[in-house]
Amino acid sequence: MLNELDRPVQREVLSLEVNGEDHHVLVAVHATLLEVLREDLGLTGTKHGCELGECGTCTVLVDGRPELSCLLLPVQLEGRKITTVEGLGSTAELHPLQQAFAELGAAQCGYCTPGMLLAASALLQERPRPGRDEIREALAGNLCRCTGYAKIVEAVELAARRTAR
Amino acid sequence: MLRLPRLRYLRPASPREAAAMAAELGPRSALVAGGTDLLPKLKRRQMDPDTLVGLSHLDLLRTVRGDAAGGFELGALVTLREAATEPALGAALPGYAEAANLVSSPPLRNVGTIGGNLCVDTRCNYYDMTYEWRRSIGFCMKKDGDICLVAPSSPRCWAVSSSDTAPLAIALGATVVLAGPDGERELPVAALYRDDGIDYLAKRPYEVVTALRLPPAAGTHTAYVKLRRRGSIDFPIAGAGVALRLSGGTVESARIVLSGVGSHPVEATAADAFLAGRELTPEVVTAAAELAAKPAKPLDNADLAHFWRKRMVRVVVEQAIAKAAARGGCVREST
Amino acid sequence: MSRPAGRLDVVGQPLPRVDAATKVTGVAVYADDIVLPRMLHCRILRSPHPHARILSVDASAARRIPGVSAVLTGQDLPVRFGIMPVSQDERALEFEKVRYVGDPVAAVAAVDEETAAAALDAIRVEYEVLEAVTSIEDGLREPKDEPIHDRAHTRRPFNVHRQLAYDFGDVDAGFARADHIREDVFFYQGSTHLPMEQHSAVATFVDGRLTLWSSTQVVHYVHRALARVLELPLNRIRVIGAAHGGGFGGKTDPFAHEIVVSKLAMVTGRPVKCTLTREEVFYTHRGRHPVLMWIRTGVTRDGRITAMHYRSALDGGAYGSYGPASVFYTGTLQTTTYDIPAYRFESVRVFTNKAPCGPKRGHGTPQGRFGIELHLDKIAEELGLDPVEMKRRNFVRPFTRAVNWLRITSCGLEECADRVLTASDYRRRERRPGRGMGFAISSYMSGAGTAIYWNEMAHSEVQLKVDRTGVTAYCGAMEIGQGSDHVLATVVAEELGIEPREVRLVTADTDTTPVDLGSYSSRVTFMAGNAALQAARRMRDLLVEAVAEKMGVHGDLSEIEVGGGRIGDLTFEEACVLGTTRFGALSTSGSYRPPRIGGPFKGSGVGPSPAYSYSACVIDLDADARTGLIDVRRVWIAHDVGRAINPLLVVGQVEGSVYMALGEALMEEQAYRNGRHRWPTMLEYKSPTFLDMPEIETFIVETVDPEGPYGAKEAGQGPLLPVMPALVAAVHDALGVWVDEVPVTPEKVLRALEARTRGGAPRYGPRAFPAFDFGERIQVEPPDPRDLRVGDELEEAFRGA
Repeated sequence: MLNELDRPVQREVLSLEVNGEDHHVLVAVHATLLEVLREDLGLTGTKHGCELGECGTCTVLVDGRPELSCLLLPVQLEGRKITTVEGLGSTAELHPLQQAFAELGAAQCGYCTPGMLLAASALLQERPRPGRDEIREALAGNLCRCTGYAKIVEAVELAARRTAR
Repeated sequence: MLRLPRLRYLRPASPREAAAMAAELGPRSALVAGGTDLLPKLKRRQMDPDTLVGLSHLDLLRTVRGDAAGGFELGALVTLREAATEPALGAALPGYAEAANLVSSPPLRNVGTIGGNLCVDTRCNYYDMTYEWRRSIGFCMKKDGDICLVAPSSPRCWAVSSSDTAPLAIALGATVVLAGPDGERELPVAALYRDDGIDYLAKRPYEVVTALRLPPAAGTHTAYVKLRRRGSIDFPIAGAGVALRLSGGTVESARIVLSGVGSHPVEATAADAFLAGRELTPEVVTAAAELAAKPAKPLDNADLAHFWRKRMVRVVVEQAIAKAAARGGCVREST
Repeated sequence: MSRPAGRLDVVGQPLPRVDAATKVTGVAVYADDIVLPRMLHCRILRSPHPHARILSVDASAARRIPGVSAVLTGQDLPVRFGIMPVSQDERALEFEKVRYVGDPVAAVAAVDEETAAAALDAIRVEYEVLEAVTSIEDGLREPKDEPIHDRAHTRRPFNVHRQLAYDFGDVDAGFARADHIREDVFFYQGSTHLPMEQHSAVATFVDGRLTLWSSTQVVHYVHRALARVLELPLNRIRVIGAAHGGGFGGKTDPFAHEIVVSKLAMVTGRPVKCTLTREEVFYTHRGRHPVLMWIRTGVTRDGRITAMHYRSALDGGAYGSYGPASVFYTGTLQTTTYDIPAYRFESVRVFTNKAPCGPKRGHGTPQGRFGIELHLDKIAEELGLDPVEMKRRNFVRPFTRAVNWLRITSCGLEECADRVLTASDYRRRERRPGRGMGFAISSYMSGAGTAIYWNEMAHSEVQLKVDRTGVTAYCGAMEIGQGSDHVLATVVAEELGIEPREVRLVTADTDTTPVDLGSYSSRVTFMAGNAALQAARRMRDLLVEAVAEKMGVHGDLSEIEVGGGRIGDLTFEEACVLGTTRFGALSTSGSYRPPRIGGPFKGSGVGPSPAYSYSACVIDLDADARTGLIDVRRVWIAHDVGRAINPLLVVGQVEGSVYMALGEALMEEQAYRNGRHRWPTMLEYKSPTFLDMPEIETFIVETVDPEGPYGAKEAGQGPLLPVMPALVAAVHDALGVWVDEVPVTPEKVLRALEARTRGGAPRYGPRAFPAFDFGERIQVEPPDPRDLRVGDELEEAFRGA
């Protein structure tokens, strides 16, 4: 582990599409997407719980699929569409999932919430009216310590009822 | 925040060029596709390459081709999710699809590849820890040390093969295509592994897995049963992949391969031989499972007590045989 | 004044919490999200040894690394601290010895985390390794090398941190009166909080004033610890609670990283941030104590308790933390659910070379609850009684005083039990091997009756300001996800006749908010709620007075209605303008201090609470005799919350408690191997996923406590308690064997079944309680059970006696 600082840093200018905006950022190639989102782009809505792919907290969407930003290298993501919680909705106009999470108390401390919302939004894109078990399966990579998951499942169901016609 | 060490990132134009780059750099390099296995290990400083040879941009490796009659060829970059949800593959080889679907968690299956899962590093809870933790307890032979902490008198490393998809690939007689600097070769998946926790792959380190070839599956019934503590995220602590060919209620041939019980996927050849030609009665299933469990050697380096895991091997094998048999129309009372 | 008696407008409504929008949009700023100009990044070097003397620390190479601004070692922060005044045994950075793997030794501030990490690697620490003490049994023996703490510091033998021994009432007579006596031993394994957010703190030091943002549950206690260790006056320190990513008790101590970033900010003159890694969070711990218990109870033929003797031994880990309280909590609340006419309670907490234990949701009480519930189940089985019926015969009654002087006010135990027994159809449950149901009850405090440090000040203070723009509430209470902000806003809104979201909140900022002791011991709704209620009623009086004058109403002001956004003829906004015109900017304050409740004996301060919540639980599960695997089908839980200020939040707390309890019951384990944490990772420390949770059916029971705000009591901790024993009882119902410890892993179930097959006791669990001399017992005369006096009345009674 010694002398890590002696190694050179390879930096590249990358074009990343995040929440529909193009960002041209100079990043070290060993910086993960999580670090680039939070530290270079100021998108701190993406949280982190382990940085090892074990908790799901840092989930973002890549081309609409939930992936873990702590294990993604931006050098591999050029040309892909990245969505973070900031791209889902805003306090001015909540996404139906955000609305449902707020109404039902599916966010307590709120720390796992961004990842949950993104994983749930991918599910609803694919299956507008998922069953309870499908919701549980789809969100099973995201840990929460506050809610016991019950209200999260209900909130996804509520959002689905409201959006699927 | 845990961060990666400084790395160079190379983008080879082809698998062959990737292999050439990796061969030239030797242990300084690591091949990376999805990165779901490699990146945590780099963050924990379990290996110290300074260069990543990227594969994920190679579009050639992304497709599922073929059908049940002629066999399937899966590009190595096919994600676990794609393998789990590809309709034709799931219909023909449900055991393989369910194995892919049981790897880790949904967001990791969206990134993790079938090639990566075949090559997933062996695991040990003395080894899959941070640099600081390993230094505190004393380094093990798999990285930076010279003894095995789970079996200190042992000359070898007992890290555990933890691929969920390898058992079925082996049971089906699948092959992998390997690209080297000078060309390709094809290797049975069964020959891809060595019984060594450290040097667990028989391919050369620089060779790139480019495809998995699953032979024609007509008449073969498959199942995979995975034991883990939680319903998601966890690696297998015992897994059984089964491929059965049946004639009525009688077994024509069977292949049972275990995951999570040794440093390589363990082929239960004695059970295979026992099953051949026998009618699948509950007693026969039990006896076969008993035979299959014999070679399993769980040690105290994975989740839950190893005595319990050893016992559970029988159970997962029984369940996997029963499931495969049911898919073959041979429904028995569950045991 | 103001409205029909008993009418409540916003209290009781399932409104979205006031902070919901910021949390679902990613806008909420958690401590690690804070980025300040010129900010440095801190990493902490921690001990790799469970127990060792520090011979030398050489940081010279680290200081030479470009980008490193400062390196601190123990000599820079020599003053000891600790949450309890009687247990000031921690240092921010140790320089004499280390006591667990993870004990902080040095800290670096550098331009980025990568540089800071490299600098840690360049610090040379020379250790002399000492024998590690790693079990309760070892802690009670003479150590091979030396005690973990100075004898001068603990004044007790070996590695004993605290011990206690009480006789409440005539225990020997109680046992003599019993028809039947039984003894059992139980073990409760330690577990950790595992908040999703790692602890994080950011400090600045500008113009001689320190500001710290932290993910803490207790800004006030952090404020005090910083003043002590940094030797700064309180008025030059400001502690602000950042948006909080989960605590569960794990962020209730002042921590080394908070002190270290503060000192680094002082030394460098730049902002400094430290966010712990997940592994460091496991070492920081302060989680559930592993507890060994021995219980002996005498009962009459029909199952009435005549006397109980309860012993517990706590594995405290390396430091005191809340231990002096934890040691009481393992036994003190047994008397708030069951009428125990004579109670002998002995307990000991030992130091071990493991991460320090402390308060985790339920603080010390889940262990004792686990023991007593299963112990009573076994007595019932032995007597051939229905365990549910036998427990009910012993339920405490509302408005009584327990043998150890704890005062019980509202008590919905009967109703809670009825609700879950009926909903689960417990009595007509399917009886077949492999399927079982279990029942258990519990009770928990609505805030501790005494403060951590002795003083006569209020436990919670709220100020309200009304100016021409509306109302703002100021309170030191810390929102940690449980909804404390929402409760404050709701109470103020109810009294002023507006909606909760119209109340602006300033909370958990020691410069701008009056003191609230923080989010621990389930105290915020009760205490900050009562303080807010008082402040809001005072504000309402002022506004009503102004409006009455304008409306020409004199004398009886009760006809001025407050509600629906109006005060009398005026809108609330108009009333604010009027009030400000009449009086200037208005401010009122309210405060709450619990009355004295405890009895006339030393140690009576731990356990009293102004009100206790009650819970009952039934669990239905499948348990497989071949594999030992348990599949929980459904959980029914009823909780007496007094009054649900917001039912949505109450149900959220109950469901979250059941979740955390199932984790402890089935899988969570802070386990060690040779003094080292076996698996400080989120992968190997198993916490339940979506796919591991059963359906939960929650019933809110409202008993309207006479002293709670609108009758409210706690909801965040009590519902965790009955789940673990109910699960074990259900496993017994299914398979006929007892697993007398958590977590109930499949191998333990199999070992219990094997024990039965071999003809032994059909159980898995500890066999014996270690021999230990608890010393002379304090004899306490029990109160008259009908004596409900508290406060001054009680003090006078004691003085008279």
